[in-house]
Amino acid sequence: MESLMAYVIGILFAAAIYMMLRRSIVKMVIGLILLSNAANLLIFAVSGMKRGAPPLIPEGASAPLGPVADPLPQALILTAIVIAFGVLAFAVVLIRRAYEIVGTDDLDQMKDTDT
Amino acid sequence: MSSAVVYPILLPLLAGALSLALWRSVRWQRTLGVVFNAALLWASIWLLQEVMEHGFVTMEMGSWPAPFSIVLVADVLAAIMVVLTGIIGLAIAIYSLVSTPRGHEKFGYYPLMHLLLAGVAGSFLTGDIFNLFVWFEVMLLASFALLTLGGERAQMEGAIKYVTLNLFSSAIFLTAVGLLYGMVGTLNMADIAQKVAQVEDPGMLTVVAMLFMVSFGIKAAAFPLFFWLPASYHTPQVAVSALFAGLLTKVGVYALFRMFTLIFTQDVDYTHTILLWAASLTMLTGVLGAAAQFEFRRILSFHIISQIGYMMLGLALYTPLALIGGVFYIMHHIIVKTNLFLVSGITYRLLGSYELKDLGGVYKHKPWLAILFLIPALSLAGIPPLSGFFAKFIVIRAGIEAEAYVVTGIALLVGLLTLYSMIKIWAEVFWKKLPEHVTNTARLEGRIKDKHNWAFYVPVVGLAVCTLIIGLNGQPIYELAEKAATQLLNPQLYIDAVLGGQQP
Repeated sequence: MESLMAYVIGILFAAAIYMMLRRSIVKMVIGLILLSNAANLLIFAVSGMKRGAPPLIPEGASAPLGPVADPLPQALILTAIVIAFGVLAFAVVLIRRAYEIVGTDDLDQMKDTDT
Repeated sequence: MSSAVVYPILLPLLAGALSLALWRSVRWQRTLGVVFNAALLWASIWLLQEVMEHGFVTMEMGSWPAPFSIVLVADVLAAIMVVLTGIIGLAIAIYSLVSTPRGHEKFGYYPLMHLLLAGVAGSFLTGDIFNLFVWFEVMLLASFALLTLGGERAQMEGAIKYVTLNLFSSAIFLTAVGLLYGMVGTLNMADIAQKVAQVEDPGMLTVVAMLFMVSFGIKAAAFPLFFWLPASYHTPQVAVSALFAGLLTKVGVYALFRMFTLIFTQDVDYTHTILLWAASLTMLTGVLGAAAQFEFRRILSFHIISQIGYMMLGLALYTPLALIGGVFYIMHHIIVKTNLFLVSGITYRLLGSYELKDLGGVYKHKPWLAILFLIPALSLAGIPPLSGFFAKFIVIRAGIEAEAYVVTGIALLVGLLTLYSMIKIWAEVFWKKLPEHVTNTARLEGRIKDKHNWAFYVPVVGLAVCTLIIGLNGQPIYELAEKAATQLLNPQLYIDAVLGGQQP
C-alpha cells in the first residue's frame, strides 16, 4: 500500500509541476490544486498507514490497547485542505479577474510588470 | 508563564473582527486602525520587557503540556520582531488615513491590514511548525487581497506571479513539514530540535532542511527565488507596498533564522555554505537589478532583495558576531525600508508619478522632505553615523573574522552600489530641475493645501527618528541583538524554556 501511495504522490507532484509550467493560467491553477493534494497525500503516507486501528481508548483504560493509527496527520491534512480551499478559491477568482482585465490567458503576454 | 505573548496576536485579530463588523463606517475603521495598532505596539513593548526579564516567555494553548499542545514562544529575537511589527503597523495605520483611496477603504482595507499583522505576529511567536504554516497562510491570504485591492492591470499581473510562487512555496513547506513529522513524530519546534539528533538517516534530514530552505527562500526573496518580488511590490497603493516591504520578506528571514539555528544544525558545513552563496548572490543580483531601474518603487523593491542578502549572510556565517549583525540588520532594515516607501508615496502625492523622469525639483520646494528622504537613504547605503553603518559594519567585520573574504568583498561592493542607487533617486527626484513636461505642480508649489497632510509626515518623521536612535544610540540596540544571538546559538535554552522549567 505504501509503495503504491509513493508512486501516486510522485505522479501527482510531476503532473502538478508540468501543469504549472504551461503558459495558460487555468492550467497553472490546476497545477497548484494538484500540488496541494500531493502534499496532503504525502503527509498521510509518511506518517505510517494503518488500517482498522482507530485511536480510541476503551472504557476503563487510560491508554490505547495495542498499536493505533496516528490521528495527528489526519488533523493536519484536514487543516491543510481547508487552507488550500481558501487560497485556491482566491486564485481562481484572481485568474478570472486577470483574464477580464488583461484580456488573455497566456502568461507570456503578462509581462507589464516584468523587469 | 505570562499572557503577554498572546496579545500581539489577539489584538490585531480582534481589531480585524471589529472592523469587519463596522464594515459600513470607514471612520470607525480608521479610528480602530490607529487605536489597535498603537495597542499592538504597546503590547509588543510589554512583551519585550517580559522577555528581557525572564529570557523566554512561553504559553501553552489550552494548558496542555508542551509537546502535545501548540505553544507560543517569545525569545528575544521574536520579541524584537514583534516590536518592529508594532512600529510599522502604527506608522502604516496613520499613513493610511490620508494615502489610501476611499474605494479601497470601503472594500475592507483595514480588516485585511489587521489580519496581515496578526499573521505576521503569529509567525514570529509560534513554537509549533504546523502552526507556523497556518500563520503563513493567514498572512498570505490577507496579502493577496491587499495586493489586488483596486484591480488595475499591473496589479493583476503582479498578483498572479506573487500568488503562484507563494502558493508553491507553501506546498513545499507543507511537504517538508510532513516529511519531518514522519521522521521525528512531533511538531513542536523545541521537541523536534531535541529529536533530530536521534534520526537514523541524516541524509534525509538534510534533504528536508533544503526543502525548508527553498520554501523560506521564496518567502524571503533570496536568490534565485526572488522574481515574484520586483514583479509585484510596486503595483499596489503605497501604504500596502510599504507594509509588505517592511514585514513580509522578513517573516521568511525570521523563519530561516529559527530553523537553521534551532533545528537544522547537524550539517552546518553543507547547509550554511549554500546559504552563504545564496546570500552573496542575493546581495549582488538585487543591487544590480536596482541599478537598471528608473522607477522609484522598483528601485526600492530590488534593494529589499539585496538587503535580504546581508541578513542571510549574518545567518550563514554562523558565528556569534555574525548573528548579532544579522539581527541588528533586520531591525535597521525594516524601519528604513518602510520609511523609504512612505517617502516615495509623498512624492507621488506631490507630482503624481513614480517614474524618475517625471519627478524633480522637490528639494527646491520641500527641503525638509528631502532631508527626510536622505536619512533613511543614507542609512540604507551605510553612511555613518546612521543605523545602516553599524548594521553593515558588524556583518562585514564578522565576515572578515570568519575569513570569508570573497563574500565580504561582495558585501562591501554592494554597499557602494546601494549608495549609487540612492544618489540616483536623490539626483533625479530631489536635486534636478522639474522636467518641463510635468504640469501638475500645484501641490508641489504649495498652491493646493491639503487638510490632513500631517498624517503623511508623522510616520515618516517617526521612523526617521527611530533610524537616528538606532544609529546614534547603538549600544543598547547592539546589546539587544547580542542577547538574541546568544539565545539563537544555544538552542538548549529554547528547548528548556518550552519543554521544562517554566511549566505551571
